[in-house]
Amino acid sequence: MKFSLEVEEQPGGTRFPLLELKDLTTVFPTQRGLVRAVDGLSFQLHTGEKLGIVGESGSGKSVTLLSILRLVPHPGQIVSGGVHFRGEDLVAKSATEMRHLRGKDIAMIFQDPMTALNPAFLVGDQICESLRIHNAIPRSKGPFSRLFDRQRKAAEFERVWEAMADVGIPVPRQSARRYPHQFSGGMQQRALTAIALACEPQVLLADEPTTALDVTIQAQILALLDKINQQHGTAVVLVTHNLGVVAEFCQTIIVMYAGQLMEKGHIDPVVEDPKHPYTRGLLRCLPRIGARREKISPIPGLVPDLADLPPGCPFSPRCDRVMPQCSQVETVPLTELPDGRLVRCLLY
Amino acid sequence: MRAVKVLERLLATIPIMLGVAIVVFLFMRLTPGDPVDIMMGEAGYVSEGEIENLRREFNLDKPLHVQLYLFLAGVIRGDLGNSYTKHAPVSELIAERLPATLELALGALIFGLVVAMPIGIVSAVKQYSVVDRVSMAGAFLGISMPAFWLGIILMLLFSVRLQWLPVAGRIDYDASLQAVTGLHVLDSILTGNKAALISSLRHLALPSVSLGAAMAATVARILRSSMLEVLRQDYVTLARAKGLVEFLVVTKHALRNALIPTVTVVGLQVGVLLGGNMIVETVFGWPGLGRLVVQAIFSRDFPLVQGAVMVYAFTFVMANLIVDVLYTYLNPKITL
Amino acid sequence: MEAQTTPLNRALYPFKLRLQLWGRNSLNLLRELGKQPSALLGGLLVVLFVLMAVLAPFISPHDPTKGNLREQLIPPAWEKEGNPKFLFGTDMQGRDLLSRIIYGARISLWVGILAVGISASIGTALGAVSGYYRGWLDTLVSRFADLLMAFPFLIFAIGMMAFLGPGFTNLLLALTLKGWVVFFRLARGAVMAEKTTEYVEAAKVVGQSNPVIIGSEILPNIFHSILVLGTLRMGSMIITEASLSFLGLGIQPPTPAWGSMVADGRDYLVTSWWIATLPGLAILVLVLSINLFGEGLRDILDPRLKVE
Repeated sequence: MKFSLEVEEQPGGTRFPLLELKDLTTVFPTQRGLVRAVDGLSFQLHTGEKLGIVGESGSGKSVTLLSILRLVPHPGQIVSGGVHFRGEDLVAKSATEMRHLRGKDIAMIFQDPMTALNPAFLVGDQICESLRIHNAIPRSKGPFSRLFDRQRKAAEFERVWEAMADVGIPVPRQSARRYPHQFSGGMQQRALTAIALACEPQVLLADEPTTALDVTIQAQILALLDKINQQHGTAVVLVTHNLGVVAEFCQTIIVMYAGQLMEKGHIDPVVEDPKHPYTRGLLRCLPRIGARREKISPIPGLVPDLADLPPGCPFSPRCDRVMPQCSQVETVPLTELPDGRLVRCLLY
Repeated sequence: MRAVKVLERLLATIPIMLGVAIVVFLFMRLTPGDPVDIMMGEAGYVSEGEIENLRREFNLDKPLHVQLYLFLAGVIRGDLGNSYTKHAPVSELIAERLPATLELALGALIFGLVVAMPIGIVSAVKQYSVVDRVSMAGAFLGISMPAFWLGIILMLLFSVRLQWLPVAGRIDYDASLQAVTGLHVLDSILTGNKAALISSLRHLALPSVSLGAAMAATVARILRSSMLEVLRQDYVTLARAKGLVEFLVVTKHALRNALIPTVTVVGLQVGVLLGGNMIVETVFGWPGLGRLVVQAIFSRDFPLVQGAVMVYAFTFVMANLIVDVLYTYLNPKITL
Repeated sequence: MEAQTTPLNRALYPFKLRLQLWGRNSLNLLRELGKQPSALLGGLLVVLFVLMAVLAPFISPHDPTKGNLREQLIPPAWEKEGNPKFLFGTDMQGRDLLSRIIYGARISLWVGILAVGISASIGTALGAVSGYYRGWLDTLVSRFADLLMAFPFLIFAIGMMAFLGPGFTNLLLALTLKGWVVFFRLARGAVMAEKTTEYVEAAKVVGQSNPVIIGSEILPNIFHSILVLGTLRMGSMIITEASLSFLGLGIQPPTPAWGSMVADGRDYLVTSWWIATLPGLAILVLVLSINLFGEGLRDILDPRLKVE
């Protein structure tokens, strides 16, 4: 099955991925052992693509995003694998180079906008900071440009108001002079998005952007992200535990469990015909309007303790199609299915 | 707008100060024994007439509520009564000694903050490192140590044994310093008197450290714990995700929020500085208000003690007002 | 259970249960404390000091108040001219410093315990009542507390001692008169918060009278915060007492108090350093141990207070 993405081919003609993770592994040493938060994860993100990463809490999805930007909190570390952005490996880059990248080429928005915005600063200033850091609006030439650069300031304000209007914040001029706590949840998330987009990045990493919001606001934010993707061609990596959100928004989906990639493919085939038992379980959990009256059947068991994983497939204790081989192999290899899907399951 | 609110707060301190004055007045009346007898203690035989004169002079012959009224009226005018022993207006005596105390208090405050801020920040940023552990151990020691003992130990070490710093006093006897503000360090800078500057700094060193150590310890601890909490917040990660230099992440984003609870504690610590001031001045023979008060206590010079206590309380109230105003600048969620 | 269901028994039952729970909780607490090395060290040292104070007459080698002028200013035993008879040396009146320090522990500990105990009791009682009933009582006491807070602690204490005169009881009065405020605020805040919880509602529905609700429902829940606060305040109370004694405003001679000993030693600092230094060291070690223990207690019982 073929799906056309917004940007099918690069000017050069090849489908060169914008962002590619190759076998990324991020670990956290803990008292009880080494936790592999991200375990050999690989995927590709193309220009303008909308990728969704789904999983329960603790599946490693947020850490993946942090690893891309190399913001993994101490004592976590990226121990192997590569993160290739426009062909260059980010893991190998210096701290200074990473700083130039963050916010400008790859930007991130966080789950709870109330805690992600600094309560002590005006919203407009926080957006403006992104511009300042990356010198998006260069200093004007002139004798006093070191001290007060009115021209630059004016240009920055314009840009900030533009960005705010772009994300749908009403009356940008007044709103910019407000503090985060004076905004509603939805507005705060829009402001966060404005910060992220200020320097027009090519990739937007969204860590559960809708989780802390009401359902109606969720829809608005998703529409906003969609608009940004269409208008600016920004690739979006949307991390969430909510399959419904992914189904609505993304083109490609990755399912993660215990730090490993379980299934990957284009969204519609995966949703209609999930291959991995975990994905199937997740879809079964979603209540559907119009379907026959079935009981919602949750996946039995609990999220595994990442420091103490069972041998073989990490999902085996909870799997309904488990086979004896599942706990006997060292690791379950990824199988590529004829339609291009990837599944990590011994059933295939 | 803000200025109006500040003025409002200023006015709100008036009832507090009135209350303070009343409490202090009651203190004095608590004294067992007749104040006049105490005054006359050394004088030997005094005639009835003289006793009556004294009573009238100090209004002690009037009923209590009248005394209170007269006292309060005096306070509002700035008249704190007359000293029993020095036969001079209390306000004059206090004003005379105030610069010395102010200099010591400022010295301690500056020392305390200069030491506490970097330590608090670095300990939080590099948690569990050697710097952190050593600083926190030191801070713990600092809050368990009595200021007078620290002063004596420092004196023993630096003045007696090593002889690097002078033992007592504010400035070398022969340093001729022109007085502008009364603060020796400031005056020597203003008049370009290098010898006096060095001399006054050398004299200021040990007392400031003794007085400021406990405060530094407390502030360092609370700054560290606030920073630790703040550094865990999402907005700090966001600041990094924007590509901000780590130094600015810490100083611009994190510190700003961590200072909020810290500033409140600093305000309270000013009270400790004011109290410890008396002790440190006694230890180092510093000619300030604190030492004057202690001497006054022993000579039973109640108006002087009373006046000084009110001045201290007033300073404390003002300091906390400043802290409150500062707080609203730091925390936009709170308005005055 | 075969217990008689007399009205008295029925009334006492919740208290008996509580006592059992309390006993078990205390054991758990001690076990937890034992796991933390600093708290353990602190606690041990405190116990040592207490023992030292209690057993003072038996363990001090000499009479702390009587001195032989011919034996004055002897350095500590480890110094060159020291004398093993006087382990810490003697002061200017020929009194054995070690004995004085041992006896001095009595004053410091006594003042610490009493000052904190009384302040905590008064403060908590007032706070609980104010927080629960609110109204004019609350406003009155709160305003008074605010007024007291306008005075720095030491200034207030010195002021009071100036007018009252020195001595143990006056000292205690001065310390408690300002000390209750912080307990008041804690108790009041906690009671106001607890007042809206469900178990209080439940008690009201059952028909419990207000004082009983406060006493048996709310107080046990805020007890541990008060305990932590009390331990943490004890150190500063002891330092304040020592400072007052240092100035000559606290405990008067001949009762040995560490603060006044340091003051005595000041004039002899150059030649006989031990007179001023060693008593101060005792203060440091005692307060340090109390603080260590208190912090350990706080870490276990009420990490919320950590920011304070």
